[in-house]
Formats: sequence, C-alpha cells, structure tokens
Amino acid sequence: MLRRLHKNQPDSFAFTEANLAWAEKQIAKYPEGRAASAIIPLLWRAQEQEGWLSRPAIETVCEMLGLANIRGMEVATFYFMFQLHPVGDIAHIQVCGTTSCMICGAEDLMAVCKQKIAANAHERSPDGKLSWEEVECLGACSNAPMAQIGKDYYEDLTAESFAQIIDELYAGKVPVPGSRNGRFASEPKSGLTSLTEHGENRQAANMSVTLATEKGDSIARITEG
Amino acid sequence: MSDLRKMIIDGAEIEVDPALTILQACEQAGIEVPRFCYHERLSIAGNCRMCLVEVVGGPPKPAASCAMQVRDLRGGPDGEPPEVKTKSPMVKKAREGVMEFLLINHPLDCPICDQGGECDLQDQAMAYGVDFSRFREEKRSAIDPDLGPLVATKMTRCISCTRCVRFTTEVAGVSEMGQTGRGEDSEITSYLGQMLTSELQGNVIDLCPVGALTSKPYAFTARPWELSHTESIDVMDALCSNIRVDTRGRDVMRFLPRNHDGVNEEWLSDKSRFVWDGLRRQRLDRPYVRKGGKLTPVGWNEAFAAIASAANGKKIAGIAGDLAPVEAMFALKQLVEGLGGAVECRTDGAKLPAGNRSGYAGTARIEDLDEAEKVLLIGTNPRIEAPVLNARIRKAWLRGAQIALVGEAADLTYDYHHAGDTTAALTKMIDEGVTDEEKGKPSVVVIGQGALIGDDGTANLAGAMRMCEVLGAKLLVLHTAASRVGAMDIGFTNDSALGVMNDADVIWNLGADEIEIGAGAFVIYQGSHGDRGAHRADVILPGAAWTEENGLFVNTEGRPQRANRAGFAPGEARDNWAIIRAASAHLGQTLPYDNLLALRKALFEAVPHLASIDSVPENEWQQVQGGQGGEQPMRSPVEDHYLTNPITRASEVMAELSKLAHERALPIAAE
Repeated sequence: MLRRLHKNQPDSFAFTEANLAWAEKQIAKYPEGRAASAIIPLLWRAQEQEGWLSRPAIETVCEMLGLANIRGMEVATFYFMFQLHPVGDIAHIQVCGTTSCMICGAEDLMAVCKQKIAANAHERSPDGKLSWEEVECLGACSNAPMAQIGKDYYEDLTAESFAQIIDELYAGKVPVPGSRNGRFASEPKSGLTSLTEHGENRQAANMSVTLATEKGDSIARITEG
Repeated sequence: MSDLRKMIIDGAEIEVDPALTILQACEQAGIEVPRFCYHERLSIAGNCRMCLVEVVGGPPKPAASCAMQVRDLRGGPDGEPPEVKTKSPMVKKAREGVMEFLLINHPLDCPICDQGGECDLQDQAMAYGVDFSRFREEKRSAIDPDLGPLVATKMTRCISCTRCVRFTTEVAGVSEMGQTGRGEDSEITSYLGQMLTSELQGNVIDLCPVGALTSKPYAFTARPWELSHTESIDVMDALCSNIRVDTRGRDVMRFLPRNHDGVNEEWLSDKSRFVWDGLRRQRLDRPYVRKGGKLTPVGWNEAFAAIASAANGKKIAGIAGDLAPVEAMFALKQLVEGLGGAVECRTDGAKLPAGNRSGYAGTARIEDLDEAEKVLLIGTNPRIEAPVLNARIRKAWLRGAQIALVGEAADLTYDYHHAGDTTAALTKMIDEGVTDEEKGKPSVVVIGQGALIGDDGTANLAGAMRMCEVLGAKLLVLHTAASRVGAMDIGFTNDSALGVMNDADVIWNLGADEIEIGAGAFVIYQGSHGDRGAHRADVILPGAAWTEENGLFVNTEGRPQRANRAGFAPGEARDNWAIIRAASAHLGQTLPYDNLLALRKALFEAVPHLASIDSVPENEWQQVQGGQGGEQPMRSPVEDHYLTNPITRASEVMAELSKLAHERALPIAAE
C-alpha cells in the first residue's frame, strides 16, 4: 500500500505537557547522542495524542531528537501501525484478516465495518467517530476472529457481537475487551483439559481485560505509562 | 593492526586483514564480485544482494559478501582455513536469481536511458543475469521527484541500492534524501519532494548504478562511446580536483571526477562538474582593440602593434587572475620584468608571504586531515570555498576529530566550536595553550583567504603559524584560486602588491576579472571570456580556457598537477603562453622559448619542485612576523559560491544554482 501524508495537514503540533514529560523520559533511556532510538515511542505517543500522524507531528518529533525530517518520514511511512490519515475521533478499529481469522469469519467482520462505519478502509464514518482497516496477523489466532481497538483485543467475535461493540462505541461507551464467547483466555471452548485446578479460583476476567476495565480508557490509549 | 588471517577464495589461499569484508578480500585476491549497493567510501547497506558468495561450512545458503567480515568465517573441522567460493553453481544460481529480482521492476528502456553504455545494471545483467524473466505481473510505477536543476530522476529504474541516500547523509552532510514506504512501494525521494541543496549533489549521478539519477544538463546530448576522454584537473576551486574531460568534437560535454586519494577522493563539487556550459558562452574568439572608445575586432598583428605602440618605453605591470596556468604566468613575468615592470598575483589583497612557501602553501597535505584529531579553521568557510575539502573535514569530524572555527559562523554540515571571528580570538586560543597530551596528537590548522585579506592579514597568518607551533599542528592554506600557489611559487609578486597598478601606464591583465582597474592605464586583457576584465580593456587577446591548453596548476596544498588539452580554443584564440611569447617579439623582449617543452624546461630550472608532478614538497617552516591585529572580523571572500570566475559567470547552470541558493537564503520565502 502506498503510504503518503494526508492532503490536509494541521498547521502545528505540540505534545501536551504530560506527553512531553513522558517523551523526555523515553529519550533519557538512551545514551547521549543516541536520541534517534526514541523515534518510534515518540511517534507512537504523538499518534496516541492526535489519533494520526501529521506532518507537523513528524517534524516536531524529529526536531526533539535532532533528526532530519526525512528520517522521521522513513520511519512513519515504513510501519503500518502509524496512521498517516485522520482516523475516527472515538476509535480506529483494526480487524485482523490473516489466515486464522479469515477462516473463522474475519470477512463477516469487515462486512459489518463496511456497513456500519465506511465502505472503504481508512475512511471515517459519516459522523467522523469511527474508522477501520484490515491488518495483518495480530497474534491472537486461537481467539479468531478478532479486532484491535486502541491497545486492546476483542476476541472470538461474531458479526453480531462485533456490531454490538461498534454500537457501544458510537454511543460513547467503552466496550469490555476480551473474548466474546465466554472464554477466559485461549483455553478450549469446552473447558480446561489440563491444569484444571487453575480454572476454579480465578478472577472474573483475565489480567489484560481486568486492567483495561480498571483504567477505563482503553480506546484511545496505545502506549504504556 | 591485528594479524593476518588465512583464507581460501576459489581454491587459492590468501592472507588478509580479518577486519576486511569477504568482498574486499576477494578484491585483494583479484576476484571480481558484482555489487550495486556496496561502495567503498560509503557505509555498508547490504540490500542489493548482488554480491552473494558461497561460504563453505557456513549456513547452506549464499552470504552477502559485502556485509560479512573475514573474522566471522569459520575454518574447517581439521583446522583448515575458511573457504569462500565465488564461482560455484550455488553462486551462479544466486546471482541469476538476484538479477531476475532486480529486473522485475526495471523498465527495458535502455535505448532511451542516459545511463546506457555506462550502466552497472546493464553490464552486470549481461555478465551474471539470465535472458528471461518469469515476472508476468504489472511493473511498478513511480513518481519522479524534482530534485533541482542538476539531478534528473526516473525512479522506475531505481533498484533501491540507497547509495544516494547514504552519500547525501554521510558525505555531503545534508540529510535530504531517504527511502520512504516499504516493500514494493518503497521509493527513494527527498523530503516532501524538495530540491536538493547540497553543493556535492552531482556525485549521486556517478554513484547511481542505474539510470534513476542522471545528469540534467547533460541529458540526451551524448552517448558514452562517442566521447573522447582526457584526464585533466579542475580549476574551479583551489583544490584542483582530478577530473576526466569528456569531449565530442571540440565541445566539452561533461566533467567527471577521477579518483585521487590525496586530493578529491572520488568526489567533485557541482560547480566543477556542471560548469562546462560556461565554456561555450561569452567566449573571446578574436583579438580586439579599442578604437574611438569602442572595442573593434582586429587581427593578431594589429593587436600586437597596438600593444607595442602603447607600451613603448612605458611602465608596465602584469596581473594574473584565478585561472591562469603556471606557464603563462611564468612567461608573463619574464616579459614584464624584462621590460622593467613588476607583476602581482594576489588580486584579492591576501597577505601571502612571498618566498615563504610554508606561509603561502602551508606544510600540511590534504590527506593529513584523515588522521587529524583537531582541525582549526581560521577565516574560512570551506563549504563554499572548496566543498570537496569540506566533505573531507566532515569525514574527520565523523571519525571523532574536534573542529574549531575562528571566523564567520556558517553551516558547515558538522559541529564545531566557534571561538570568535577576530585576531583577538585567535590570540586568546594561543595564550590558552594546550596540554602536552593534546600537542602530541596530529592536528591541522586551516587558514583561509578570509583571514589573509584586509589589514589584519599578516597578523592572522602569524597567529595561525604560532597556533601551529603551540598545537604541534601542520598548516594548510586554503586558497580560493587554482592559480595562486603556482603564481606564488614562480614569484609572481612584488613588494607593493596591488599598488603596482597605481603607477603603471600599461597593465597586462592575465585573466583577472575580480579586480577594479582605475581609469588612465592602458589595459591589455588576456583571457578566455568576455567578462569584467574585458570590458575595461584597451586590447583584448583571446586565450584558451583551461580545458583547451596544456598547463600546470599547483593546488592549495602545493601539489603541482597537469591540466591537459581536451579540445581546441574557439576562433583565433591561442594558448596563453604562446600569446605572450608572440607579443614579446613585438615588444623587443623576445622570450627564449618556442614551444611548451622549452618553456617548461626554463620553468623547471627556475622552480625545480614544479617538475615533480603530483607530489607535495616538504616546505621549510618559516615563522611570519605579524602585529597584534585589529578588530576586523574575518569574512570569506567568496560571496557567491557558484559565481566566482568568468567561466562560472558564463554558465547558465551556475546562474540557476546561484539563484536558487539566494532564494533559499532569503528569510522565510513566500509559502
């Protein structure tokens, strides 16, 4: 896919105070003169703040790291995780379309996206709230089909449960991440067949779901800390 | 240096430095390994995969020889030296496969491609490729960025070797090019399609192994096989880079750099590379004599007669400009001094000490920069005075050398400590001194003409030489004119410097266009281009440009080099020394040589070191005595890098480059 900067660019970009402090902490992780190593975390944080990477954002990050602008462009255009076009204000939905998910119904999920969000990937819904795209394997094959929203995985989806998630997002709610067919994690659907004692005293949901529910800001957040 | 390591390449055992890569080891063994991305003066990328070889005992797949060191090779189980094969069936198949991949997106447009005939891809496809392709899909399309007036782009031909990206980033020091996107959509481009600003950008044309980046001014004018090549040197700056002049018939079609590790490595600045169109315009092709206030074309005899009648018994002075070869200046000096006149070459007023070669040519060689751990620049902006030398200083900086500058602060493409811009700043550095440890390290002091012109010139030179003694450094005098060191070598000077013009009745101006000659004197202008000097002339004698005659030039480090005739001068223009020889007969002061060999013989007798072509003589250290110096800031005399001499001013390409440079310098251009 040819990746270019969006035709409409904002005039400026600035990190919020909290993000700036976070960014400086990231830069400090690397030895002096090696600040360039922090480019991916910083671009990632800039994307978290704005939803997508604009030209001023790339240039701001490059300036912070003492890099030529073209170096930032190289990184931003190389990784598909960096969005170079505006995404939905509430969320950007990444539907996995690789083998396991495709076999288990990823195409149905994308049909839902086309119907409920926009006819084409990377387009915003008419009200600008949501956008979607098909991505390559996200590594949750045993819970196929799945989609990633923000930093969280929504697994074992069906067209119905996925449509419900989208409806919740439109309504301004934060859907609970995790499996949609009652599984705790990636154990067999029929129940545990080994290490069964672990099935008894466990939490209501797995750790990543618990964390997401506790923090409650799972949609926009993509970085740690 | 670590011990040599034994290894076997194609059955022959050799010993190599283990730090070398397999590709370099193969080169030492005299075995050719095809390559596109590897370039010995750039960092290793390892992305074209053309240099695959078979490492016996290694993983059962070919290895990229440019990116694998000899020390990483494993020997055999019984202590045999490691073995590499470059001609095995595996290597042959691997090369064919890589070539097929490289060609799937490469258009078959060799007949309309400027690189045709000198294309690495073409040659290597013939040598290592196959005659078929299994690719039946659509080829990639690409957008051609406009990189400016010098580099033409045709990105469908690009094989993504990234040599251009590495050159602009590492050598030129401007990160303007990059590879964006990934996979099939990756493209080599400048940031947002902006034009390149580097003054060394022409080198990416040479580096590009395919026809993706070609020369815009040269586009579609000639094929490599119809050009005659003449090895010569460049005179656009005082570095005197080694070049190859490509001519078709009488026209110079292009300049290409020649490798010379001691001078220009294998780079060439844009000014030197693209100035050839200036050799075709504004040329003086017949003698002129001013009659009734108007310059009128005449024959040679009439011009000489006019000179003879004007100069008869008068006081005569000779001035030599920036592009004059040593032979012509030597002849002019003998002629003028024979007539009781005086000569001068320091047309910019630089306080170069006559007779003190350590003071006007210095003691350092350009190669010394490669070892230097400290470089002190005084009153110079090497980026505009000699861009290729600046790249060399940058190389030292990348290696870890410390750079300091006394003079005008400017973007030199590397970091430096700015110590001030007056003699006082230099004196302060001298007084601070250095530790004994620092004194033992190799260092170079580079003094530019910006420090030597003006009233503080001698004080600055004395300061620079004292600094050399304090630092234990060698001195490099960076000149702005290719002719200057040669002129100083033959003593083309007099005690009153340019003051010689004031009381002269007749001034023989040998191609000096950068000086003002007051009214009154009778001016003979001898040169190749109708520029400022010719406008002020009473007699114009058309001379050959430097590509049209054999001449000696001594570069800024004091290395005599030969420029060779690549074509003939237009019209009635003649070799510069021959004009002076012919005029000498009319002036009753016939010079005692009838051909260039005899002239050179006389020249080498007078100045023996000029005979040792391409060697840098050792100069005896003679400290210059100078005063305190005033408060005058040092400013580089080069105001417009692209328009420094008559040939550049006649060039359309240089005018365009100068215009673009000026536009970039404007504060916030219109958006």
